[in-house]
Amino acid sequence: MSIKKIHDDQPKEFKFSEKNLKKVEQILKRYPEKNKKSAVMPLLYLAQRQNENWIPLAAMKYIAKYLAMPYISVYEVATFYTMYNLAPVGKHFIQVCTTTPCLLRGADKIVKLCKENISPNENEISKKGNCSWMEVECLGACVSAPMLQINDDYYEDLDEKSTKEILISLINDKPLKPGSYRGRKNTSPEKISISNGEKHA
Amino acid sequence: MLKKENRIFKNLYNEFGWEIENSLKRDDWKDTKDLISKGREWIINEVKTSELRGRGGAGFSTGLKWSFAPKEVGSRPHYLVINADESEPGTCKDRDILRFEPQKLIEGCLIAGYTVNAHVCYIYIRGEYLNEGKRLQEAIEQAYAKNFLGKNACGSGWDFDIYIHYGAGAYICGEETALLESIEGNKGQPRLKPPFPALVGLYGCPTIVNNVETVAVVPTILRRGGKWFASIGRPKNTGTKIFCISGNVNAPCNVEEEMGIPLKDLIEKHAGGVVGGWDNLQAVIPGGSSMPLLPKKVCDTLNMDFDTLIENKSGLGTAGIVVINKDQDIVECMARIARFYKHESCGQCTPCREGSGWMWRILDRVVKRKATFSDVDLLSDVTKQIEGHTICAFGEGSAWPVQGLLRHFRKEVESRCREEPLIKKKLNNPYLVDQHLLENKNA
Repeated sequence: MSIKKIHDDQPKEFKFSEKNLKKVEQILKRYPEKNKKSAVMPLLYLAQRQNENWIPLAAMKYIAKYLAMPYISVYEVATFYTMYNLAPVGKHFIQVCTTTPCLLRGADKIVKLCKENISPNENEISKKGNCSWMEVECLGACVSAPMLQINDDYYEDLDEKSTKEILISLINDKPLKPGSYRGRKNTSPEKISISNGEKHA
Repeated sequence: MLKKENRIFKNLYNEFGWEIENSLKRDDWKDTKDLISKGREWIINEVKTSELRGRGGAGFSTGLKWSFAPKEVGSRPHYLVINADESEPGTCKDRDILRFEPQKLIEGCLIAGYTVNAHVCYIYIRGEYLNEGKRLQEAIEQAYAKNFLGKNACGSGWDFDIYIHYGAGAYICGEETALLESIEGNKGQPRLKPPFPALVGLYGCPTIVNNVETVAVVPTILRRGGKWFASIGRPKNTGTKIFCISGNVNAPCNVEEEMGIPLKDLIEKHAGGVVGGWDNLQAVIPGGSSMPLLPKKVCDTLNMDFDTLIENKSGLGTAGIVVINKDQDIVECMARIARFYKHESCGQCTPCREGSGWMWRILDRVVKRKATFSDVDLLSDVTKQIEGHTICAFGEGSAWPVQGLLRHFRKEVESRCREEPLIKKKLNNPYLVDQHLLENKNA
């Protein structure tokens, strides 16, 4: 359970766009008629996408009404899961994995780079170029450690140099391509041996 | 070492393309109709013969699990749910299956769905794997286009639909009942068992929950025979398994190997050896973060299978091998794992909710050399108080790594502790504030 704070400055109204309403219909078809409640998670995602990557309270109320479920249940779900942002995040939202497998290969150095280049604190929007960063728990790409996720994409096999390049490209709003930064094919073993654990990242 | 022709996931690194045309060349969807027409009994028996054990962590017999589903469909429909909420630190095997071998999973879903009388399958993918989910959705659409799914799927006379449901970053949703709660649109908090999901599961209907890898190997088992699968590895620990080797190795990778392969072979032959040589090895976490770590002297002769690891007071879990060499601070590594569990506890049972944070705070004190000798006994006591006193296995998952640390590295831990100070400084912790936020002041 992590502490999540609701943003102070909430918009008054929220409504799904026409395009998203069509998507909602598609989503509702996946679940049995009487279990509309199941759609709450996908709908929260849609709301998050529509509202610049964060969910205002108005959206929760709207979804509760839409699915005919109590507002508190939606609120419960939105606050329980860590991927729903309840306060604004940067346009480039950086999530650094810092759990043990990444830590062993130098995730702390990536965190330091984020502090230097993006903002000194987590969840703070950078002064230059709309970015924000946060530490997260295991992102499930442990053999490609250290890694970070920027919006939807994984940036893997990083070191200090490549991370800095990626961060600067975000500040300049020209993000580099996701994938492995050591040029390897997915999760296959590499032929070349890398010398020392100290020098990772 | 696994022979090349015995490999099940031939496209683990995407060398041959993931699209349906390419996977058809790799014998996916070959004679699926015939396999299904042999009937449920035959499928379950064949899976039982293969001695396939679930790949999600617990290692429960898959054939047995399927046989628990009611034979006849009553008033309630049956469901099949695939657990792709892979969030155990050290594990990233399902991601590659979703990305590069989606057709194996989809075919497995159809066969498993038919066997347990389910017409609908939900695949629960963790929210962070958005791109993998999109890839799987594309693969599902390709399968629909070939009539492998939908009405009369693959000519078998069985209607079958697959839907994807995304999680949203909760580790606990990898627990099967929490996963079902999450699909139902609730907080992911595990349910009390019994009743087991096989009888009362999703929406109160009989539900079978399987891991991605378990289901994805089933079509190959049926095609090549349960006996073939059982001939790999050793009795009760059969078949092939994808191992994820991460941490301080020269070439971290995912690799498919036979069950029971020596750990040393895995690390040296596939992962390029430990950074700094085998003698520089400190410890290995053999099965994802929730399994106790093992020191070097055990690792020298260790075979990677369920039963051998249990004998060594650890477990195969998800086969996510995290290698820690002597350049690392072992206590700090485990403190980070404890912090992970503190962060991910769902908060339902008191021992786990309070205990996981407590363990982290003590370990953090040890790392900062502020702990006393009595803290070590206290830590050991806390792990015992959590273990076995929670609804789901998360309690054990959070307590075992700490127990493992104390079992094998107690001296290391104690060497950082000091005697109780005569004059105690009073800690001024505000009540009910997340300790995480106080980290720098007085954790």
